[in-house]
Amino acid sequence: MNPILKTEDLTYTYNLGLPDATEAIHSINMEMEEGGFLGIIGPTGCGKSTLITHFNGLLKPTKGKVYIAGQDIWENPKKIRHFRFMVGLVFQYPEYQLFEETVAKDIAFGPKNMGLAEGEVQDRVSRAARFCGLSQEMLTRSPFELSGGQKRRVAIAGVLAMQPKLLVLDEPAAGLDPEGRDTILQELKQYHRETGTSIVLVSHSMEDVAKYAEKVLVMKDGSIAMYDDTPRIFARAEELLSMGLSVPQITKIFMQLKQMGLDIDTDVYTVKYATETLLRMAERGNGSAT
Amino acid sequence: MLRDITIGQHFPGNSALHKLDPRLKIMLTIAYIVMLFVGTNPFGLLLSIVFLFVGYMVAKIPGRMVWRSIKPLLPVLAFTAILNLFFMAGTPVFQWWVITITWQGIYYAIIMAVRIVCLIAGTSLLTYTTSPIVLTDAIERLLSPLAKLHFPAHELAMMMTIALRFIPTLIEETDKIMSAQKARGAELDTGNIMQRIKALIPVLIPLFLSAFRRADELAMAMECRCYHGGEGRTRLRQLHITKQDIAITLGCVLLFVAVGFSGVLYTRLTGFA
Repeated sequence: MNPILKTEDLTYTYNLGLPDATEAIHSINMEMEEGGFLGIIGPTGCGKSTLITHFNGLLKPTKGKVYIAGQDIWENPKKIRHFRFMVGLVFQYPEYQLFEETVAKDIAFGPKNMGLAEGEVQDRVSRAARFCGLSQEMLTRSPFELSGGQKRRVAIAGVLAMQPKLLVLDEPAAGLDPEGRDTILQELKQYHRETGTSIVLVSHSMEDVAKYAEKVLVMKDGSIAMYDDTPRIFARAEELLSMGLSVPQITKIFMQLKQMGLDIDTDVYTVKYATETLLRMAERGNGSAT
Repeated sequence: MLRDITIGQHFPGNSALHKLDPRLKIMLTIAYIVMLFVGTNPFGLLLSIVFLFVGYMVAKIPGRMVWRSIKPLLPVLAFTAILNLFFMAGTPVFQWWVITITWQGIYYAIIMAVRIVCLIAGTSLLTYTTSPIVLTDAIERLLSPLAKLHFPAHELAMMMTIALRFIPTLIEETDKIMSAQKARGAELDTGNIMQRIKALIPVLIPLFLSAFRRADELAMAMECRCYHGGEGRTRLRQLHITKQDIAITLGCVLLFVAVGFSGVLYTRLTGFA
């Protein structure tokens, strides 16, 4: 089977040909299999956002190729809209793009642009609203009366309603309170599980990526620094720290424990996994004592 | 695409033109525009082109920037040139059906086009070499005599500063909103004019909302810092006119006068007005 997303030598330069030309991403080669949950992390300005805006063809690569489900998206530039619907992109602070009179109409903007029948549009709107925890009552209200967190969900629902095969989210939880963060990310995970949609989550919160992503791509200075399964990425916690990235608190504790002389693995990145590791150790400890 | 707009763009530098007192620069630009309309003969225009050329050389601004500021105005340029070409009375060179092209038509079409190009390039030189903040500062100083007549010079300058300050922010914002709506399948650059206008609604509404929000936040921040207008305010950058400034100005004035009189010379030489 073709990977849902593949890039080949993807390079992009801003202001090409001008004195202030800067290479934002350099020769990115990556593949993501269908149904995966990929986290992209990296310090500010490392090219994360530039990279993901290539996935649905909003930016045209200076060099290299992007393949969605095996098709080169720039093969026929006139058909680029087809890929915009296949790859749903949720930008940072998406609530600022709301414009319709009612929440329902705003969510319907994407599906309507796809040229779907009215019934199908309504169907998708209510499905997307349900996934994002928006009540029927809310659908008839103006999006501008809602709270920040609710607006964010409306905006995300607007992209979900297009039912993309690949969903890309740029910092979907930025600026929300801890509870709002968890709810939105939980809902996304739920959506991922139920529909099997492939998800790319861009974040600089290690905790979030550790908790939700199956694979992690670490970017630095416009290139891929690491790309591996989540546990293996966090096993390299020291490297992450030296790149100016933080690691989850629990990983830090384990690193400290190891420094204090405990024979312990440091590839721990969630509290649940930490408990398991500790319990295993305790068992082993008991075994040797007796 | 919106990044291509160059009007009002500033190129930081350290040349004599960059350092020239902004008040003088504004006055000289105005004088230059007047001169373009007085010296409507080939000699005068040639001198203005030389002047521009030297100006751009001194300021070290790449020539293609001129092209970029002229490009959006090409239709206007073409329109003026064509009007002059076809509708000028005089000695005909070419006649077909209702179309008559005269020598005078060709002459004025070229003169007009060159003049408009000089106008754009000349005024662009001002904004290329002067940062917007300094520019509004200078405008405020130039208008300050009018403050005695209760003309709100400071407030006007402050509004201009704020407006200029927010142009890049709003352009960036527009870019972002456009990308977001395009990601939802909005078609912004296809279709007929009505479709295009309709397609702008999803961009304009969020843009206006965010502009109002920003204005509100800015007003609040200014009030928090007790901003209360022009009276009694001192400034960080004082404007001083140096000897170099005076020398440059004198040079320019001499050239402008020469252009003004070039018409007389041209008439004498050719007998063609």
